[in-house]
Amino acid sequence: MFHAKRLIAATFIWAASAVASSAIEPQEFMLDNGMQVVVIEDHRAPVVVHMVWYKVGAADDPAGHSGIAHFLEHLMFKATDTLEEGQFDATVQANGGTHNAFTSWDYTAYHQRVAADRLSLMMEMEADRMVNLRLDRSDWLPERDVILRERGQTLESSPDRVFSEQMRAALYQNSPYGRPIIGWRHEMEQLTGDIATAFYRVHYAPNNAILVVAGDVDPQEVLALAQQYYGPIPAVQDMPERFRPQEPPQLAERRLTMHDARVGQPYMNRLYITPQRHSGDQREAAAFTMLAALLSGGSATSVLDRALTYDANIAISSWASYNGSALDSGVFSLGIMPVEGVSLQEAEDALDTTVAQFIEDGIDMEQLERVRMQVRAEAIYQLDDTAQRANSIGADLALGLTLQDNEDWLHVLEDVTPEEILTAARHLDRRESVTGWLMGVEE
Amino acid sequence: MRILAAFTLALGLSAPFTAGAIDIQDVTSPGGHSAWLVEEHSIPFVSLDVVFTGGAALDPEGRAGAVQLMTSLLTEGAGDLDAQGYASALESLAGSITFEAGRDSVSMNIRALTENRDEVIELAMMALTEAQFGQMSIDRVRGQTVAYLERAALDPNTVAQQTYLQLGYAGHAYATPTEGTPDTVAALTVDDILNAHAAAFTSDRMYVGASGDITAAELGAIVDRITRDLPVSEAPLPEYHRFDAPAGVTVVDFPGPQSVIQFGHGGIAADDDDFMAAYAMNEIFGGSGFGSRLMGELREARGLTYGIYTSLASSKFGDSYAGRFSTGNENAAEAIELVRAQFQWLADGGITQDDLSRIQTYLTGAYPLRFDGNDSIAGILAAMQFQGYPLNYVNIRNDLLRAVTLEDVQRMAQRLAQPDALQFVVVGQPVGVVTTTQ
Repeated sequence: MFHAKRLIAATFIWAASAVASSAIEPQEFMLDNGMQVVVIEDHRAPVVVHMVWYKVGAADDPAGHSGIAHFLEHLMFKATDTLEEGQFDATVQANGGTHNAFTSWDYTAYHQRVAADRLSLMMEMEADRMVNLRLDRSDWLPERDVILRERGQTLESSPDRVFSEQMRAALYQNSPYGRPIIGWRHEMEQLTGDIATAFYRVHYAPNNAILVVAGDVDPQEVLALAQQYYGPIPAVQDMPERFRPQEPPQLAERRLTMHDARVGQPYMNRLYITPQRHSGDQREAAAFTMLAALLSGGSATSVLDRALTYDANIAISSWASYNGSALDSGVFSLGIMPVEGVSLQEAEDALDTTVAQFIEDGIDMEQLERVRMQVRAEAIYQLDDTAQRANSIGADLALGLTLQDNEDWLHVLEDVTPEEILTAARHLDRRESVTGWLMGVEE
Repeated sequence: MRILAAFTLALGLSAPFTAGAIDIQDVTSPGGHSAWLVEEHSIPFVSLDVVFTGGAALDPEGRAGAVQLMTSLLTEGAGDLDAQGYASALESLAGSITFEAGRDSVSMNIRALTENRDEVIELAMMALTEAQFGQMSIDRVRGQTVAYLERAALDPNTVAQQTYLQLGYAGHAYATPTEGTPDTVAALTVDDILNAHAAAFTSDRMYVGASGDITAAELGAIVDRITRDLPVSEAPLPEYHRFDAPAGVTVVDFPGPQSVIQFGHGGIAADDDDFMAAYAMNEIFGGSGFGSRLMGELREARGLTYGIYTSLASSKFGDSYAGRFSTGNENAAEAIELVRAQFQWLADGGITQDDLSRIQTYLTGAYPLRFDGNDSIAGILAAMQFQGYPLNYVNIRNDLLRAVTLEDVQRMAQRLAQPDALQFVVVGQPVGVVTTTQ
């Protein structure tokens, strides 16, 4: 059961964007060994979320070893010098807690949610496995079968996911973002405990980690506990620079066609490389976020829904989305699933026409106000979920953003002008995109 | 679904808490109404949960489903807004208003930003007191409900629980489903809906829980605003009825390879002085959280089922100690005898100190995780008043649980577990099992 949860989380990119309001300001500390500590107080209930984020993810997998960051995430539940295999899991459960772990392209995170009086127990175990993992006395081989099965069950069994993997691989010409988080099957099959241990020794260290503790805690007490458990772990002296291969100028639009007998409804999807959030400068990313919300905000009044479903009966559904929370680049996507009798080419043309018309007409200010209201409300409601707030902050920090950036995000979103949103829309460049059609098998 | 809802409620209210820090205020409004509040200004919104005692238990004879149908019509047109107008008004305020009908209560859940709280409250009041109940909406929602109930009748779990309740609550409101039956719902009229509305939402049977960015004075004003347009109750509440199905087996023929088996007997009232001991006992025996005795014996040791759970279904107007599982038709007879033997084990003092310590660690740790945001907290506050728990309960709950001794649990097991009184409802085509219930 526990594995099943991690399987899903591992392939999930956190759309991190919650925002602080007048909530108690998170406190930030730095341990002597370089470990960053953030404490978010929420005293409404005696519960605590304890997370450790490592600034390493699938985009840091060495060439030929795709999937190693994710494999290691699984192996982190194996034996340490003092804990037996499975004991971490059992201890959290016996204490009524829940726990999870996930890997993205840019970070790997481990978290537990427990009664506040059990925080030190979690810290003790998490600090232990930061450096004491013992794959040489663990049975790592069955876990490789687990991740291969995971790839089979969650990815290869779904034409949508396979298509999405192919799309990403085609979008990136040089960046490791084109590789799947879980890894390519033929490379996963070659991963070993030794390869995982080597990766672990390089990247798992206090000076490459962020501790986030959120809930019914006193920041000074958390700091004292962190010093007690994480403080003695020595920093790794030669932590590698976080350098990834960057994209060259992209000059040619790519198009993919995929047929699969399991496809019920054909659809078209397009991914564009776009700017990401930058520390101290999130306006561009905010403009893309607002653009996606105006085009496809989930309400019947959004631009694509209105034009393609209500005014003209072309689309079963249509979508626009943007994720700008990434180290090297953001992705904007546009897509449409046509109704019976409308071809993918006709649907794609209608989608492109609608976006072009949107740019020509300019922004409907009433709609923008409604979207601003929804954005503001959602950001407030998200704060209610302390675990989600800890997630948002942890993910941002792991991307090299700051607490200030995390807090500013809402205000930047609200502040973005109609002109900036239109500029973002005009920025979407087909030469930096991949367009895919997913279809059933031709008769 | 109904039984599960009752299970959830019983669990939700009986789970314990660590000595710690939920600061609950008992607010009295200028008009003299009470509300419980967790005041927390850090996030600019509030969640309100308003529970009205009665619910589907108020449906008159032959009108089962009236309260449920009425509740689902409240936001289908109210005041001068049609259903779409209502939805978009709510969307532009970024608030949330939902109504739910249960076996013992109806509830109104509101989530509103501080900046437009009054407007959201007014919109909620419009639904609560000015719903249109237009004939077209009634016809449409009634049709959907009947279609849903016809599908539900094909679910062996639904059949099992309905049969179980009919056997143990004969002549009581709990014997009929909250949603009604296809026949009773199809026959409901506008008058039935209006009567259900007048009976279900009354100012003297109302409990309010609030959590978030609101002061006691502001909450008091809202409570008075809610009660202002509500009537005082006239419909009597049902009498308390202890589940009293005869012992035995009741087979309901149902095609398929599996039998769904619901079993149980009378339970314990939620306000019993020894309820906590019963709670710990049940969690060890058949609780859902952490390796129970029944799971060990039926699933792990013998592979007879995927899951088996028991629960103290201690509701407002009746109580039963019930459980459910499914098994292959050919294993039904063996499984029934095993369950009976486990009840005997329980009554004979099978639980050990180690079982109790383990469950105390688990439950005291799991309890606070329920308080995960304003919505949950408001809901718990309203439900605690509805059930009659004291204000400080959440903060002493874990201590009470830790204070339960093995002796307490054994005494309770002896009192509660009655292997010879068990009723087994078997929905399926079990091999070698026949109806013995008189």
